[in-house]
Amino acid sequence: MIPFRLHAHLVSTGLGPMFDGIGHVVVTPQDLLPVIALALLAGLGGKSYGRRVLFVLPAAWLVGGLAGLAFGWSPPLATTGLSFLVLGGLVAADRPMSERTGVLLAVALGALHGQMNGVEMAAAGIGFTGLLGTVGALFVFVSLVTGLVVSLHRSWTRVAVRIAGSWIVAVGLLYLGWTLGGPLR
Amino acid sequence: MALRPASVGVLLAATLPSPLAAHEGGSAAGLLSGLYHPISGLDHVLAMVAVGIWGAQLGSPAIWVLPVTFPMVMALGGMLGLLGLQIPGVEVAIGVSALILGLMVALERRPDLRVAAVLVGFFAIFHGFAHGAELPEGQSGLLYSIGFVAATGTLHVSGIGLGLIHRWEWGKSALRFTGAVIALAGAWFTWGALSG
Repeated sequence: MIPFRLHAHLVSTGLGPMFDGIGHVVVTPQDLLPVIALALLAGLGGKSYGRRVLFVLPAAWLVGGLAGLAFGWSPPLATTGLSFLVLGGLVAADRPMSERTGVLLAVALGALHGQMNGVEMAAAGIGFTGLLGTVGALFVFVSLVTGLVVSLHRSWTRVAVRIAGSWIVAVGLLYLGWTLGGPLR
Repeated sequence: MALRPASVGVLLAATLPSPLAAHEGGSAAGLLSGLYHPISGLDHVLAMVAVGIWGAQLGSPAIWVLPVTFPMVMALGGMLGLLGLQIPGVEVAIGVSALILGLMVALERRPDLRVAAVLVGFFAIFHGFAHGAELPEGQSGLLYSIGFVAATGTLHVSGIGLGLIHRWEWGKSALRFTGAVIALAGAWFTWGALSG
């Protein structure tokens, strides 16, 4: 009875599967918001953590996507909401965290959402090329957001990042409500 | 008679089909509904602005703890509503929230940060329960949620921005007056909820 992600709702740019994959991550808040949260978290963690996440997340996403393409199974939709809560909560809390834990979070996010993407892309017929487009877009996106947050030095800017994390948690809670109790849209 | 450019614009606007009307149920409509909903109810607006002003009056760390607390607990209230739980007296509680938060601003009360956060969080549940799940038919729940949370957060930021005049003596008086107006409006909302 737990809803799963719809498989046929990928964006079609008309420019081929690579650009469809790039467009997918940009217009899919289910994927974009947790990625923003992780990029914010990586930026708060400093340059070293940020560099690791920059490479680990796209790699894990690619591996997860390949698994999704191969096996055609993805976790329930509600797990997306958990990504919002965990990563947004960590950004809002802004507590010191070991790099190992941070990297594990990037692996988990990439594997989970990559697998969902893989299933969706197989169903939409854009397959591996679309997945490559998504992974490339993620690399660029994470480098921009993480680089921006690393460069912030004033205390109020760090507070602004934490507030953004709390908003992501709030959206995640409502999203869980929609997927578990409300009408699935 | 020569037509002015403005007249031509009005004529074109009246005769051309509106793209918005054709996409009423689209994804963007969910985002716009979410952005619009928090500012469509004066009770919600006043309570949100009061949270921001009170945070600014209390200073750091309340200036960011309260606006961080509110959206998260508000969303929890919305989630409870979506899961089908029933909370009695929601409209009364929303009116009381504007009344109490307005009084806090008007009297410039400075309780312990935990007390302030719990008070704000308590009222946030009712605001989320009442407004967080009012999704128009056919629109995206996730995009509605993003718009709703962003608009509510922006109202808090507006309150904080307003509250920054607290550094001047005249500003303190102006904020206290604003708090009194919010409290009066809250009393009016509460009366309306009780009598309705």
